[in-house]
Formats: sequence, structure tokens, C-alpha cells
Amino acid sequence: MTLPCCTIDGDYFEPFKLEGEDAQRWISTAGPGLKRIEFIAPQANHPEAMAHIETDLGALDGVKSARVNLTGRRVAVIYVEGVIEPQALIDRLGIIGYMARPFDPRETGLTKDDREGGRLLRALAVSGFAASNVMLLSVSVWSGAEDATRDLFHWLSAMIALPAVAYAGRPFFYSAVNALKLGRVNMDVPISLGVLLASFMSLFETFNGAEHAYFDASVTLLFFLLAGRYLDHLMRARARSAIAQLVSLSAEGATVIEADGKRRYAAARDLKTGMSVAVAAGDRLPADGIVTSGTSDMDRSLLTGESAPETVKPGSTVHAGELNLTAPLTVEITAAGNDTFLSELVRLMAAAEQSQSKYIRIADRLARFYSPAVHTLAAITLVGWMLLGHGWHDSIMAAIAVLIITCPCALGLAVPAVQVVASGRLFRSSVMIKDGAALEKLAGVDTVIFDKTGTLTKGEPALVSPLMVSTDTLALAAGLAQASKHPLSQALVREANRRGLTPVPVNDIVEHPGLGLSATYNHEALKLGSRAWCGVEDAADDKGLLEFAFRRGPRAPSIFQFEDRLRPDAAETVSRLKTMGLAVHLLSGDRESAVQRVAETVKIDTAVSRASPQGKLAYVDALAKAGRKVLMVGDGINDAPALAAGYTSMAPASASDIGRTAAETVFMGESADAVAEAIKVSRRTQRIAMENFGLAVGYNVLAVPLAMAGLVSPLVAAIAMSTSSIIVIANALRVGLGRTATPASAMLNANHQAERPGLRNAA
Amino acid sequence: MTGLLYLIPVALFLGGLGLVAFIWSLKSGQYDDLEGAAWRILQDDDQPRS
Repeated sequence: MTLPCCTIDGDYFEPFKLEGEDAQRWISTAGPGLKRIEFIAPQANHPEAMAHIETDLGALDGVKSARVNLTGRRVAVIYVEGVIEPQALIDRLGIIGYMARPFDPRETGLTKDDREGGRLLRALAVSGFAASNVMLLSVSVWSGAEDATRDLFHWLSAMIALPAVAYAGRPFFYSAVNALKLGRVNMDVPISLGVLLASFMSLFETFNGAEHAYFDASVTLLFFLLAGRYLDHLMRARARSAIAQLVSLSAEGATVIEADGKRRYAAARDLKTGMSVAVAAGDRLPADGIVTSGTSDMDRSLLTGESAPETVKPGSTVHAGELNLTAPLTVEITAAGNDTFLSELVRLMAAAEQSQSKYIRIADRLARFYSPAVHTLAAITLVGWMLLGHGWHDSIMAAIAVLIITCPCALGLAVPAVQVVASGRLFRSSVMIKDGAALEKLAGVDTVIFDKTGTLTKGEPALVSPLMVSTDTLALAAGLAQASKHPLSQALVREANRRGLTPVPVNDIVEHPGLGLSATYNHEALKLGSRAWCGVEDAADDKGLLEFAFRRGPRAPSIFQFEDRLRPDAAETVSRLKTMGLAVHLLSGDRESAVQRVAETVKIDTAVSRASPQGKLAYVDALAKAGRKVLMVGDGINDAPALAAGYTSMAPASASDIGRTAAETVFMGESADAVAEAIKVSRRTQRIAMENFGLAVGYNVLAVPLAMAGLVSPLVAAIAMSTSSIIVIANALRVGLGRTATPASAMLNANHQAERPGLRNAA
Repeated sequence: MTGLLYLIPVALFLGGLGLVAFIWSLKSGQYDDLEGAAWRILQDDDQPRS
């Protein structure tokens, strides 16, 4: 069967192939004779796509329903078993322009996120229900209900509040118990203590028919705190699912050649040392190995940062993650799975992560002082009241009132509220922060290290010289270049398209791996490729540019020179970072001349070239030892250990899977300005979070003396705690104000990026 | 005051009904795709289904 041709943005792509027993794990039963399968389709990111996919797939024979989840960019299809095959659905999606691969929520950990979110939301709903009803009863008590009526209302409140506290308070209780077990104190300890004491004291008072019960305080507290907790969760879940959408669309596996010459497809994890695999042009290597037949060019940029492809022939060593550019190869696997160069880097990364001292979030740092202070104040109140000759009962009541009023409601909201608003703002500028800690760390950064290829540059070469090439020559060269996947060939074709030229059709195109292309046109021989291939002498001054020579018959040859083009705004970003008081370094695995030129263009003074992954790691470590807080920005597999070692790290969305996983922040789009924007917003966030702390502490300074004096009635407590929470939230909203990096262009960028997620994915 | 004997249980029952409805809607996945739901209302799907 010939597969339908699918193109997106002019790029051809192979639709995902569902093969082997593996296919079953994506399919679930959805009723008698009905099956359900879910796909991830990164292009399904706009409302038109939703309508388009749903109507198109829905019209297919055997499709019961097709539903797009726009948030997750997923498509869920329920189909009649036997009438239509899942493969047909993938092919159909490919034809209408959506790359799709089957999606298993388990593989990304999204289900776990969803479950946690669901738990928090249910707890929030229960506490909200309890808070509103108890508050209703409390208002009646405050307005003057007395004796039997008051007791009845207190009992009713207890019946609602106690189960609600037991259910909705669990996230805090578990966390507090876990912290105490480890001998630490976090914010959840005073929270749990405050809520539980308020509940038990109120129950005791209700038994005795006393005047004051604090049931409303304990459930309202829980409601506010859960709201903060849920917002915090929402922020992390949103970034995580956005990153999960970028998962490689290419099938992870290879075509194995058996001893009898038969070919079969095997998943990457089933590859073993000694197997022979066929690697087509345009495929990534699934494992380390030695070339046994074929000659080709390999793009190693994700592994080494080297922008020029390298020629390989039988006997050459190749590594997992390299991209085969020009001709099919047969590779004998020498290392697979855990033994590859890639896994070596993963081990380095894990070691780097462990050696890094664990970051403690601001709120937890504060909790270390806060909890002892609060508990001391409560103890002082108890002792003070006893000394003043009050009875046990009144003294304990006063002490508990102190604990209730200091229960860090505003403090619990102070940081998450600000961070949620900030991450929402960054999300709109296409920057995805994995969690709040990353945002806090970003604010403290004092050194930024950029990788070159793919980070400061776009990772794709562009024609820079000669600018005055004749139209005929370029159109002819592009006609030749069309047949090749070599990055320089593709750059030539792009350039021709950009100038509105149609590549001239030529005959007899042959690609000679490691050399170039040959063809005929009007009985003249055409050659495109290295200088040696076209018989051109080496230039006297090698400026380190990538080159292709082009020769048409006996005429004088042309030399095309290419450069890995900088991201737009790269120079502006660097100067903006410098004015923000940050040191900027360039750390690349590429040749010195190429690195030097980029460093000069964007005005980075400290540039290091030819750095190995270990070298990068050592460089970052050395800076960290010198007390610098390093933000590592990189995309390649070779950057991964350095990303893990940095104080914090960023990666473009086009990065390798491993780079994206290692980085704490991912930015989409073409512009490098996202780096400066993220630091700016994080600093502002930090400032407002600190203000919030100030407000929360100020509230305590006012409220605690009242509580110690025994003047806090349930009414005062309710008003004080609600007001402080609302003030803190209102202040947090200020982060969202001010200039956002033009959302419209950021959106365009994001869409553009999402259209080519498979482009630079490795292994 | 005897009205309270009816009104309080009625209030609690209605509130509880709301809570149950919310948890049901959460479980049935109505909060899974808030962005998509916002756009669906703008879709032109007036053509009769054939």
C-alpha cells in the first residue's frame, strides 16, 4: 500500500505507523463493538482545527464520534471495530494536515496530574459547600441567636464542619505529617494545627453550650488555602501538559535486517547489540553503532553543537540521536538501550542533579521561622493568662485563638497567587514554567550561559554570500538541491523560494554522499557540493562559513556561503540581559571560527568553543562553585548535563527531548527575547511575593496582640482572615499588569513552532 | 422559629445537591477542555446532520 503523501508547511512527513502488539495498548473498549483511541495532534491548536477534524473524521465510515480536546491538543475517536482501522484514522488526519500519533495518558504522567487536580478540586468544592453553610449559621449566631437556638446552630455547624475538615484538610495533614516525620517544619504544620485545634475547641465549647465556636474559621481557612493549592497545581499541570505535547512524533524504533535478509520493524527498546539496522535518509539513529555499508552525511548538531554535517563511511562510529542526511546506511549496533552515548549523558545529568543542593522554596524557608514563632506566642499567651490568675479553660482558649488567628492563610496564598498570575502571563508570551520553584530561581539568576547552535541561532543555515547571485544560477542550483535533505541544499531551496524563484527541473540527479550532487541540464553537467567535488581550490581565507560550490559545465564556479542564522532579537536580548546586570557567556561545541563570529555579532565577551558535554558541565559547575547563580540556556543532547547542573535552565521548544526534559523552563517561538522577558517577569513576581509576605506579616502584627488579649471573637477572626486573604490576592493580580511581549506575535510564533515539533527530536 | 426546622434542612439539602452536581460534572470530564468549550459555542454547526 502506498501511504498518502502528507505535507505541513511544505515539509513532507511520514504518518505514524501503528504496528505490532504494541498497538493494543493505545486502544480501549468503549462499549459493545466500539473501540476508543486517543491521538495527540500538535497542529490541532486553533478552533478551526477543532471543527475541521471533528467534521472530517466524523464523516468517515465506522467512526462513531471524534472529539478534539483543544487544551491538550488531543483527538479522541470512538469507532466501530472491524469497520475502520486506527491506522486509517492516522492517515486521514495526515491527509487533512495534522500530524498525529496515538496517545497514552499514562506515558506522560498526565493522568497522575489529573487525579491530583481532581482530588484538590473535590476538596475545594466540599470546603466551599461547608464554608458557605456554616457561615450562614454563624451569621445568625452573631446577629444574636441565643440559648437553645445558638446551641442548635453550633451543633449543626459541627455536623457540617467536622466531616468537611476531615475530608478537605487531608492534603495539608498528609504534607504536615510527612514533614514532621523528616524532622522538618513546613507551612502545613501550623495550618493543620490551627484548623484541627479550632475544630476540636469548638466542638468542646459546643458540648458545654458556650458562646463562641470557630467552625466557620476552620472551614473558611481550608477553602482559601485549597484555592491557593489548586492554583499552584493548575500552573504546574498546564506547563507539563504543554511540554508533553511536544513529545516526539516520530516512531521510536528502527527497521532491523534479519540474517536471512528479511526486514522487520522493531521498537527502540527491543534493539540489541549485534543487530543490523537500516537507516533511511532523514531518519535519526536509534542506537550507537558502526556503519557496515553505505556512505552518507550525518547531522550531529544535537549531540555536539557542530553545525556542519560530517561524512560517514563503512567503519565510522555513529551515535544515537544523529540524523542521517543523504543516503541509506546499514548500521551494526554496538550499544543499545542503557549502553549508548545518550544514556551516558543521562547518567551525567542525574549525577549533576544530585550534586546540586536542593532548592528550598521561599514559603518553606519562611515556615522555618514562622512556625516556631507562632507556637512560642501561643505558649506565652497560655502562661501569661495562667500567671494573671485566669483558669485553665480561659487560658487555653486564648492560646488557641492565637493559633487560629495566625494560621497562615494569607501566607499560604501569598506566593502561589502571585506565581499563578505570573506564569499565566509568561504562558501568553509562550514561556512555560514547570513549577513555582523555577520562577523563584529565575529571579535570583546573575549569569546567563547560552549554547550556540539551535539556541542563540536557529539551527538551520541560511545563504549569506554571495548576495548578488544571478537568478539563473540560483534557480538551477535550487533545482539540483531539491533532491537532497542536506541542510545546505535545503537552505538553497529556501533562499530560492524566498526570492520567488521556481527551481529549474534538471535531469539525472544523483546524490554522492560526502561529496555532493550531480545532474545534467541542456547537455551540460551540473555539480553542487564540496569544493573538491566541483574542482575548486580551497579559499585562502577560511572564515569558518559553511560552503557549497556549484559548477555548470565549463563555466566559472560559484561558491555559496551559509551561516547558521541568529534568532531574531538575539543581539537585543543579550544587550537587554546586560543592562539587567547579568553576565552573559557563550558555550558551544562548534568550531572556534563559527563561535567567535556569533559572539562578536551579539557582543558576548566570554565565548568558549569546542566544549564537550563534560566540558560544558564542568564549566557550569566551576561558575556555581564560584558562587554564581547560572541560568543555562541550551537545546542539544550535549547541553543536557549542563542544563541539569545550572541553578536553573531554559530550552527552546525545538530542543531535543532530553534537553527539554532537563530544562526547568521551555520557551516557544523564534525570538530569543523570551529569556530576558522570563527573567524580568520572575523578578517582578519575586518583588510582589515579598510585598505579599509583608502584608501577611503586617496583618499578624495587628491581629496577634488582639488574640493574646483574648479579644478575638469568631466574628473578628472571620473578618480579619478574609480581608487579609483578599488583599493578598488583589496585590497578586498586579503582576499581570504592564506590557506583555506582544501576545499576537507570540501566538504566531507558538503556532509556527508547534507545526514542526518532530524536526529536531532525537531518540 | 419553627420555620427553621424546615428551612435549615431544605437549605442543606439544596446546597448538598449543588455539591453532588459539581462533583458529577467534574467526574464526567466537563472541566477537561475549558479552552475548547469556550470556542465550541461559536461553531457553525447549524447544517442538518445527514
